[in-house]
Amino acid sequence: MGKYNMHVLVCGGTGCHASESETLLQDLKTEVIEHGLENEVQVIATGCFGFCEKGPIVKIMPDNTFYTQVTPKDAKVIVEEHLIKGRKVNRLLYTHPETKEAVADSKHMDFYKKQLRIALRNCGFIDPENIEEYIARDGYEALARSLNELTPEQVIEIMKKSGLRGRGGGGFPTGLKWEITRKSVSDIKYVVCNADEGDPGAFMDRSILEGDPHSVIEAMAICGYCIGSSIGLVYIRAEYPLAIERLKTAIGQSREYGLLGEDIFGSGFNFDIELRYGAGAFVCGEETALIHSMEGLRGEPTVKPPFPSVSGYFGEPTNVNNVETLANIPAIINQGPEWFASIGSEKSKGTKVFALAGKINNVGLIEVPMGTTLREVIYEIGEGIKDGKKFKAVQTGGPSGGCLTEKHLDTPIDYDNLIASGSMMGSGGMIVMDEDDCMVSMAKFYLEFTVDESCGKCTPCRVGNKRLHEILDKITQGKGTREDLDRLRNLSHVIKDTALCGLGQTSPNPVLSTLDNFWDEYMEHVIDKKCRSGQCKALLQYVIVPENCVGCTACARNCPVNAISGERKEIHFIDQAICIKCGVCLEKCKFNAVLVK
Amino acid sequence: MSQVKSLADLRKLKEDLQGKMSLREKSNHPESMVQVKVAMATCGIASGAKQVMDFFINEFDKRNIHAVVTQTGCMGYCYAEPTIEVTIPGQEPIVFGYVDTKKADEIIEKYIKNGELVEGIIPVKYQSIETNKENK
Repeated sequence: MGKYNMHVLVCGGTGCHASESETLLQDLKTEVIEHGLENEVQVIATGCFGFCEKGPIVKIMPDNTFYTQVTPKDAKVIVEEHLIKGRKVNRLLYTHPETKEAVADSKHMDFYKKQLRIALRNCGFIDPENIEEYIARDGYEALARSLNELTPEQVIEIMKKSGLRGRGGGGFPTGLKWEITRKSVSDIKYVVCNADEGDPGAFMDRSILEGDPHSVIEAMAICGYCIGSSIGLVYIRAEYPLAIERLKTAIGQSREYGLLGEDIFGSGFNFDIELRYGAGAFVCGEETALIHSMEGLRGEPTVKPPFPSVSGYFGEPTNVNNVETLANIPAIINQGPEWFASIGSEKSKGTKVFALAGKINNVGLIEVPMGTTLREVIYEIGEGIKDGKKFKAVQTGGPSGGCLTEKHLDTPIDYDNLIASGSMMGSGGMIVMDEDDCMVSMAKFYLEFTVDESCGKCTPCRVGNKRLHEILDKITQGKGTREDLDRLRNLSHVIKDTALCGLGQTSPNPVLSTLDNFWDEYMEHVIDKKCRSGQCKALLQYVIVPENCVGCTACARNCPVNAISGERKEIHFIDQAICIKCGVCLEKCKFNAVLVK
Repeated sequence: MSQVKSLADLRKLKEDLQGKMSLREKSNHPESMVQVKVAMATCGIASGAKQVMDFFINEFDKRNIHAVVTQTGCMGYCYAEPTIEVTIPGQEPIVFGYVDTKKADEIIEKYIKNGELVEGIIPVKYQSIETNKENK
């Protein structure tokens, strides 16, 4: 490879892929060659930049120019204007939503200012399909140092000191887990990477595997060294084809360089990694269910203990870590546990990746120190709510979590504070809701998900959640009663106390937290039969305003169910018993004579 | 590809590879490094700005100076092309005109290394949008 004086980084994550970034990459390469710049300009596909809202992203180094929503058609102008003449293409620069000014480089974007990237350190910076770029960024140094200079106990001590906790949701201390697995006596042990990311709206694990697969491979080998295992398994869902492809490429390269295989770094330590595909069941993210699925059994959880660290994959001690947890590990060993422990809040160290989704301006992937407040995440990094609407709530922890409201905006985000606020960290999905969202419908949406995903093994989850969903459905249909609310709460507590696994025990959380935070809204639904956000269609009433109706018959002619009666030039009438609340009459009326109540 | 068999092997490999990534690493902290902007509009290119830019890139590398070289559009001093703007960390940018490779060598040796001013400085008579913003 020669020396290039300019690097063009094109996002190659799944999100941008879907917006033609693959074609864009090819077009840029072609343009560069056509202009004879192939020895000066390097065009590379990287992992996700996180700024998915405005993808596809193209970043030009060394001047850090950050182009957003670039289409293949723009390849020519970027090469001719920027690469040759040094003139930035203004229309492709990111525009600040409030000041409407173009921001020339990523250093000045609010989205990146507050972020601290550890797990995502290489995402959007290196070419994930080139092991050399990873090595140039201290890759495999942590593994080499562990194998040559440290004993397994010392590495475990480093993990414990760093205070790293599991990023998959539970928050179990990683060092402790490694220690327990190390102490389990067996000839054969397994290192499992949990890449079964299933929370609606969360995609950090996918992005890490797509953008920096080697960090996960390296961490798995370190874990193998610590617990005394030579076999690593990645359980990944088959619906992540790009992540699987990049991971396979990366494993192949590591073997080629002797970084996986036998006698790694001349230490006598052997380690290799295989992939296991999941079919995308939410419950398989639970470690016992995951292990059963890998064994070829039904993906159903079993009671803990025994914990996998004692008896896991085929009855052998198994250490299961989440992708994001693993991605932190090489950085911790390279920079020291003190460095890691100095970031974050008192009981939650380091950073956390969040996937911002919903009614927020900057949808995307962000990484912030633990203890950052929700306000900073939503208003500074996320740059506020879409269309200037009012913030209502944010759901964290996916279907297992709860919602946080305005009063929680200044709470520092960490494991313990989120639990105290009635939610949980989960894998880090954050779905932002505004005033147009109905909280009862939101709870119903999550219950629908859990009912779908319940494996059916235990009654509380299989039957209980179904009943919860029915009651919620009844309320959104306008047929709920005051007693239903008590029933919801009681049943939720029963499920929480009696379900077998984490999925069941946490599935009523969205119901409980919306009941706690939005009691008024529930009451309006059951007593006044009103939905303030207008999302529960059954609670809406379309009526004709007699003063405005001129009898043009537009509404009656367009009503799909003939619910509107009335002669020409006479006042019309909507029969509520027939009306399906489709809203066509409102759309068609030119005289403001249709009103929604 | 020979296999990496020891920590020393890995570090050696890393050193060889880091050069290729240094451009990206540097642009993560441009403010802490000498920045050279070469005006590369048609007039600049016609007067040899391209050669000057390549010269800077190669010489910084050879002389082991941490610097970022970028291109920029026309600075407006078409009579004095090629023009370059040099920013030493913590100092005001200085624009030099009529920069050929000989001049470039002088700028590196005298100004960038020792902070001595050399002939050919074009006094700045404008404010950029950014300095304007900061002054407000």
